[in-house]
Amino acid sequence: MNDAVPERRLHYLNVSYGVKSWLCTTDHKRIAWLYLLSITFFFFIGGMAATLLRLELLTPQGDLVQAETYNKLFTMHGVMMIFFFLIPSIPAVLGNFLIPMMIGARDLAFPRLNLMSWYLYIIGGLLAIGAAVAGGVDTGWTFYTPYSSIYSNTHVTLTVCGIFINGFSSILTGLNFIVTIHKMRAPGMTWFRLPLFVWSHYATSIIFILGTPVVAIALALVALERVFRLGIFDPELGGDPILFQHLFWFYSHPAVYIMILPGMGVISELIACFSRKRVFGYSFVAFSSLAIAVLGFLVWGHHMFVSGQSIYAGMIFSFLSMMVAIPSAIKVFNWTATLYRGSIALDAPMLYALGFIGLFTIGGLTGIFLATLAIDVQVHDTYFVVAHFHYIMVGGAVMAYLGGIHFWWPKMTGRLYPEGWARLAAVTIFLGFNLTFFPQFVLGYLGMPRRYHAYPPEFQVLNVMSSAGASILAVGYLLPLIYLVWSLRYGAVAGMNPWKATGLEWQTPSPPPTDNFEVTPVVTREAYDYARAEPQSDYVPGEVEHV
Amino acid sequence: MNLGFPLFPEQASTMASRVDALYFVLIGVSVFFATLICLAIIFFAFRYRRRSELERPPEISGDLRLEIVWSAIPLGFTLIMFVWGAKLYFETYSPPRNSLEIHVVAKQWMWKAQHPEGRSEIDELHVPAGQAIKLLLTSQDVIHDFYVPAFRIKTDVLPGRYTTMWFEPSKVGAYRLLCAEYCGTQHSGMLGRIVVLPPAEYQAWLSSGPTGSTVAATGARLFQSQGCVACHADKDTERGPALAGLYGKQVRLDDGKVITADENYIRESIVNPRANIVAGYRPIMPTFKGVVSEEGILQIISYLKSLGRPEGAQVEK
Repeated sequence: MNDAVPERRLHYLNVSYGVKSWLCTTDHKRIAWLYLLSITFFFFIGGMAATLLRLELLTPQGDLVQAETYNKLFTMHGVMMIFFFLIPSIPAVLGNFLIPMMIGARDLAFPRLNLMSWYLYIIGGLLAIGAAVAGGVDTGWTFYTPYSSIYSNTHVTLTVCGIFINGFSSILTGLNFIVTIHKMRAPGMTWFRLPLFVWSHYATSIIFILGTPVVAIALALVALERVFRLGIFDPELGGDPILFQHLFWFYSHPAVYIMILPGMGVISELIACFSRKRVFGYSFVAFSSLAIAVLGFLVWGHHMFVSGQSIYAGMIFSFLSMMVAIPSAIKVFNWTATLYRGSIALDAPMLYALGFIGLFTIGGLTGIFLATLAIDVQVHDTYFVVAHFHYIMVGGAVMAYLGGIHFWWPKMTGRLYPEGWARLAAVTIFLGFNLTFFPQFVLGYLGMPRRYHAYPPEFQVLNVMSSAGASILAVGYLLPLIYLVWSLRYGAVAGMNPWKATGLEWQTPSPPPTDNFEVTPVVTREAYDYARAEPQSDYVPGEVEHV
Repeated sequence: MNLGFPLFPEQASTMASRVDALYFVLIGVSVFFATLICLAIIFFAFRYRRRSELERPPEISGDLRLEIVWSAIPLGFTLIMFVWGAKLYFETYSPPRNSLEIHVVAKQWMWKAQHPEGRSEIDELHVPAGQAIKLLLTSQDVIHDFYVPAFRIKTDVLPGRYTTMWFEPSKVGAYRLLCAEYCGTQHSGMLGRIVVLPPAEYQAWLSSGPTGSTVAATGARLFQSQGCVACHADKDTERGPALAGLYGKQVRLDDGKVITADENYIRESIVNPRANIVAGYRPIMPTFKGVVSEEGILQIISYLKSLGRPEGAQVEK
């Protein structure tokens, strides 16, 4: 310790220094930082690919890059963003950091397994990047057979190995969360006192554990067919190409909910804090997360309405997909109702949260278009689908992630971010996002298929709008990168609870000590007890018990 | 760059306006709910903005009646959309009996079509207006997707099996045909044209090309030249059943299963004859995979479909 500052408080960031103290840490808060840095890295790789795609699409001719390069770029964009950014984003960064703190625990149930999860993730990510450096892969992130297993001449095997290994990271993280939430809640932290953030991560973890093995198997089979010519998917070898789609979407549709559910958890926290109210209909919001997780496993066939599957199967999947609209609508209505008679402050995290509700509403409503069979026939595999899932994954998940990062930044770093810049970035991202993706709904219904390197000239105006929006969006994403790094040194000191929020994570100093709490808190109140919490002082978590 | 752009695609089939009607209803309802939510958020954010740090909002934990109402509304709306969409979908994939059947074989990166009268074309498909057209589609390599936005139809084209689709063009003109399933390097170049002609001009177009024999007649010649006829004669033999009247029949297999002899069954019996053995016969037929092209198999199927049902030729046992 530095003798000049004898009273310096020890916390998780300054308790030890050096690369080894980070790479061998088992502290969930430090592991969250490892994830934060690595997913940011993968996000910018995926973002660079997206930039080139949008530049190419400025003109109808394929003139910036060659068709093969374009196909590799959209594959890289999808693989990086989905497997190495979105799926780990909120769970592995915010979930890792916050779940133990929110339930009053010292760490996750299996701290070393948590570190191992990060290493598996990094190994998987490096393999995928290695495949890109070695020449790339051109199958799309969906790896449809028999193109991926037989016809593509690119580095499919290496890429799917990376995703396969990364899958174990998800499985282990989910396992860790479930055990932690079951076994490590502080005294008095009953299930219905849990913050909704924890509920949504519980639902997400179930999907991690049940779904990830299936996609791992499906991708392993692609590799086996490629390498050993096992006839699984290619009809030439006696296989069935549609089988792959069933296996792939059985995971990958629930994976969409892996990406959005944790975001919904973040939004519940933000809305409650910035309107100083308990989330309206707490138990409905909590159970709608579980309903989405369960229904998510029953709707995979809606990716295959035009694949030649039985039209009766199509009808069942359409019906079940419609049912997802109900828990989603319940959430949106309850968040909106939470604002009613609140005390609303429009700080940057709240701007992200309100933006999320608007964009998620559009994403959800267009999901009903896609679940409607006859409409899906027209818009399947077009830009309508691209727009829809970006509204959910970027307008939803990424907005929630950024809102969460801003909200908990003071807790993670002990510093406040610059509020003015943060609001500017939130508004820029919202506007840029809509300009980028709204025109794509129109493009899709007009009939522009996705994954087109060159396109018919009548689609150009809408594509130019989209590319213009993407450049605004890029500025919006670069801003937080700059001012958040700046705030590490120059930001105002945050204090324990700058938002006067009620969660347990705010009842300990910022940054928290390695063990999170000096004493194990005893919980005596519901979550979001803003009505009784003294707004001027820190929330007092009932009695305390010495460890 | 032309600055004008359409918001909706052209309507050129009998299905188009019906799909659009559903689409407009969905847009209307979505705009209503999205506006409602956005206005509520903006109103609340302004009306209940924080005026003092000392504010203590009232405790409101929820309301069961509201939860029921706002669960029931999306339930009702999505059920209507489900039924409406499913009805149109069912029709989209149920070709009328009197359809004109055209074969389409896709490969990286082109569309090949053959009309029943025998004329073939590549990356173009000429069809008569006002007539239901049924397409029987298959792929030689990877999955493609036959997409005509102006007709509001799309179906995946799979290797190793047939898919079908149908449409009735309602307007003379040329419309884009696009591949909608990513199929490799030149995916975005796998484009074509559907040329809708008045019926008389379609007839003229058919006879203006290289005059060959009909698809069924070509199939019959293949049936002879490949030696199929040695075992599949006019009457059932010890080696193989007669095939007249086979198409559309229920066939009993040696494991007791009964399946319908549709295009996919006949195709499988040619390329993988031992997958399903008809009850009472030995598995002696060799595969014709790689011997007969996808087009050839389609021609043989057309020939078999064209055969009448002679008396006494009982496939079903």
